[in-house]
Amino acid sequence: MITLNPLRWGKPYESLDFKNVVHFDTGDPIAKVGTVGGGIVGRDIRKAGKAREALLQITPSELIERCKKAAELFEKGDLKVGDSVQTVNDFVHQQSASTGLPEHMCRSNMSKNSFVLSNIDQILNCLTRGLDLSIFARGYGEEGRGVTVSYQAQTPILGAVLPNNSPGVHTLWLPAVPLQIGLALKPGSQEPWTPYRMISAFIEAGIPAEAFSLYPGDHDVGGAIMAKTSRSMIFGSAQTVAQHSGNPKVQAHGPGFSKILLGDDVVDDWEKYLDLMVESVLSNSGRSCINCSGIWASRHTREMGEAIAKRIGPVDIRPPSDPTAELAAFTVPAMATGTYAMVQQDLSEAGVTELTSDYGDKLIEREHCAYLRPMVVHANSPDRAVASKEYMFPFVSVVECPQAEMLSRIGPTLVGTLLSRDSKWIHTAGNCTEIDRLNVGPIPTNRLNWLQPHEGNLVEFLFRNRAYQIAEF
Amino acid sequence: MMSSDPTVIDQAVAKQAADALEQLNEHTIRTVHWHFSDETGSPFWLEKKRELNFDPLTEVKSFADLKKFPLFEDEWLRGGPIRRWVPKGHAEKPVYVFETGGTTGIPKSRMVIEDHWKDYELFSETLPEKYFPIGSNWLMLGPSGPRRLRLAVEHLAQHRKGICFCIDLDPRWVVKLIKKGWMEHLEEYKKHCIDQAVTVLTSGHDVKCVFATPKLLESLGEALEEKGTSIPEVGITGIFSGGTEFTPQWTRFCVEELLGGSPEESGVYMTPTYGNTLMGLACSKPISAADGYKISYYAPQPRAATEVVQFDDYNQVVGYGETGRVKLYTLTDEFFVPGFMERDEGEREAPFNLYPWDGVSGVRPFHELASSTTVGVY
Repeated sequence: MITLNPLRWGKPYESLDFKNVVHFDTGDPIAKVGTVGGGIVGRDIRKAGKAREALLQITPSELIERCKKAAELFEKGDLKVGDSVQTVNDFVHQQSASTGLPEHMCRSNMSKNSFVLSNIDQILNCLTRGLDLSIFARGYGEEGRGVTVSYQAQTPILGAVLPNNSPGVHTLWLPAVPLQIGLALKPGSQEPWTPYRMISAFIEAGIPAEAFSLYPGDHDVGGAIMAKTSRSMIFGSAQTVAQHSGNPKVQAHGPGFSKILLGDDVVDDWEKYLDLMVESVLSNSGRSCINCSGIWASRHTREMGEAIAKRIGPVDIRPPSDPTAELAAFTVPAMATGTYAMVQQDLSEAGVTELTSDYGDKLIEREHCAYLRPMVVHANSPDRAVASKEYMFPFVSVVECPQAEMLSRIGPTLVGTLLSRDSKWIHTAGNCTEIDRLNVGPIPTNRLNWLQPHEGNLVEFLFRNRAYQIAEF
Repeated sequence: MMSSDPTVIDQAVAKQAADALEQLNEHTIRTVHWHFSDETGSPFWLEKKRELNFDPLTEVKSFADLKKFPLFEDEWLRGGPIRRWVPKGHAEKPVYVFETGGTTGIPKSRMVIEDHWKDYELFSETLPEKYFPIGSNWLMLGPSGPRRLRLAVEHLAQHRKGICFCIDLDPRWVVKLIKKGWMEHLEEYKKHCIDQAVTVLTSGHDVKCVFATPKLLESLGEALEEKGTSIPEVGITGIFSGGTEFTPQWTRFCVEELLGGSPEESGVYMTPTYGNTLMGLACSKPISAADGYKISYYAPQPRAATEVVQFDDYNQVVGYGETGRVKLYTLTDEFFVPGFMERDEGEREAPFNLYPWDGVSGVRPFHELASSTTVGVY
C-alpha cells in the first residue's frame, strides 16, 4: 500500500495521523495518507514568499520548458510518488479505484492535464494577450507601444482546495507555476493522485521543490488555505460558490449548468446534432461542470429527449477496466441515494416526464458504492424546477421554451452551445451575462479550447494590472 | 483493534491497582448511600430510586454494581428545576449552575457546589512547579459565560496563589457561525478573542500559565509570531489545554513548532487534559516525542472513573489496547453519574504507577456520531 505524506515547501513531513484511501467497490485500503491540521498550513504560509522567490530564480521561458518536460513525465514516466515509484498504469488503477471513474476516463483526464501543461506557452500567450512573461516576473516592462505596463503579483502562492473525485479540474491551477507563483494544495480525500503525481513531475523536471506544498487533511486545512492565502481556488457545490461570491481572494468553482440551446432556424434539423448532445451529456460520466445538463428548444423537445434516451438510457455499469465503461461509481453511496431522491422530487412536478423509464432501474446500490444510470427528463416549460438542475451523473433536462425567452430564462450557464445561424440571436447571446463560455455552432459543451480563459482568467486573478510611471532624474 | 504496544502491567502496579479498586469500591458505596438516603439525597435521585428494580442502599456493594443502574441520560439535565439535583445534605450551601450546549434550545445544566474547586485542586498537584510556578498569574483563553471551565481555571490560579485574567468568548455564537457557514465572521470572532489574549499577555501582567483549547492556542501562537514574538517570549512557561481534537499529530505540531521544542528546549510545558461538565478533568500521562506524542487520559479516581467499553455492550470493558466507547462515572457528594456514554471513543490503557487505574488513549469523536459533532474554537 502506498503512503503519501504531506509536503511542506518541498520537504516531506511524516505525519502521525493517517487516513486511508479505499477502493470504491471493495472498501479495501489502497493508500495511507498522512494528514496535517490548519496550524501547520498557517505557519507554512507565512513563509510563502520563499516559494515565489525560488521560482523567480528561473526565467519564465525556462520554466515553460520544464513544465513541458513535467507534462511528458506526468503522462508517460515512472515517478516517485509518496514512498513508491508510480507507473502510469499504477496511477490509472489507483485513481480509478478510489474515485470510481472508469480507467479510460482516468487516462483521458491525465491526457487533458498533460496537454495543458505541454501547451502552456500558447495558453499563457493567449491568457496574457501576448505579453512578454518577464513583465510578470519583474512586475513591469515595455509592451512594445512605448508604454510601460505593470502587472503586480497579488500573492506569492496560489492556494487550492481540490475536489474529492473530479480528476479533470487540475488544469486550472497548472498555469500558476510558469507564472512564478507557488502552490499550496489540499488534495481531495479520494483523489490525492493527480496533485501528488503532478508535483512529483514538476520537481523531477527541475522546478524547485520549495515552490510546492501538499496538505492532506480535514476541513480546517481547506479553511486555513482559504483564510491565509491572498488568492485561492475552491471546488464545491453551488452553496460553496455562493459562500465565496464577491470575494476577490477566492475563485470558486461549482456546478456548471452547461446547456445546449437550439435556435428556431435549426431546431427542425435537431437529429443532426444528436451525437453532439449525447457526447455533451454522457462524457466523463456526466460528472463535469462542462457536461450538458439542459437542452433548450422551442419545439421537438419530446422527440429530442426520446432520441437521447434511446442512446444513453441503456448505458449500464461495466467494470472500471472495461474500455467501453461509461459510468462512474458514487464512492459515497448516500450521495447516490440522496441524488436519486432529489430527482424523484423533480419528477413529481406536473409537466415533467422521465423519458428513460423503459431502460431499467436507475439507482444501483452495492455494498461500498452506488451507481446512477443515465436519465433524460422532459420539462414542458422553464418554470419546472428540473430545468435548472445539475446532478453528478449523466442527467439532462430537455426543456421546451420559446427562443425569445430562452436567454432570459436559462440562468447561470458555464458552457452555452448555441445552435443557430440567426445573427441577431447570436449577438444577444454574446451579451448574455449568464453564459460564461459561449460556443456558437456545433461544439459539444465538454470540448474546451484551452487557449481561452475558463471561469475567469487566471492571470487576472493572480496579477493586478496597474500604473507604473518612471521618470529620469 | 489492538494498539501496537499494549502495556504490560508489572506486579507493583498491579498491587497499586488492586488498592485503588478497593478505594473506589468503598467510595462508590459511600457515594450511593449519600445520594439515595432520604436525609442527604437529591430530589432527582430519590425520585429515580422508585423506578429502580433494586435497592441501591443495600445492593450496591462495589463499583461494578453501578452497572445495575440504567445509563445516565444527559437529556435529564435539560430544563428545570435545577434544585432537583441539589442533594439535601448540601441544601444550605451556595450553588453554581454550569451549562453545556445551548446553541439552540435548552442547554444541559449541572449544578455544582465545590466540585470544580476540588477537581482542579487535585489537578493542581499534577502540574510541575518548574513550569507552573506558585504565585504566577494565569490567562484563561477559553469560553466565558455559564461554563464550569472559566471558574475552575480561575480557582486553579487562585489555589496556586495567582490571579487569573479572562477573555470574553461565547462558544454558542461560534457554533452558530459555523452552522451558518459564516466563516469570515468566525475568523473575525477568533481574532477578536485572540486580540484580547494578546493584550493581556503584552500588558505587563506577568502571566506565566495559560489554559487554552488547541485551536485557540494555535491562533495565539500565530498572532504572537505575527507581532514578532512568541509564546515562550511573552513569558509563558506552562500551558494546560483540552479538547477532543487533541491528537498526537496536533500535539507534535504544538510542541515542535508552536512552542519551539520539548520543555527542556523551549522552556514551555504543555499538558493535555480531557474533561467535561459532568466528570471534571482527566489528566494526561506525560507526553513525549519518544512515545509518539501518545495521549493517555486518566480520570481523577475515585471522584470520577472512565471505562472503555464494547460498542455493542456498554457493560463490558474492552481488553487493554482495544478500541471502545468511553463511559464516564461521576461519584462525588454533589453529583452522581452511574455510567454515562460519552460522545467519544478510544483505546483502553493500562494502569501505571502515577495513575494505577484504567485510562483511555486516542480519544476522538465516537465514529457513529462523528459527523454530527461541531467543533468550534472551543
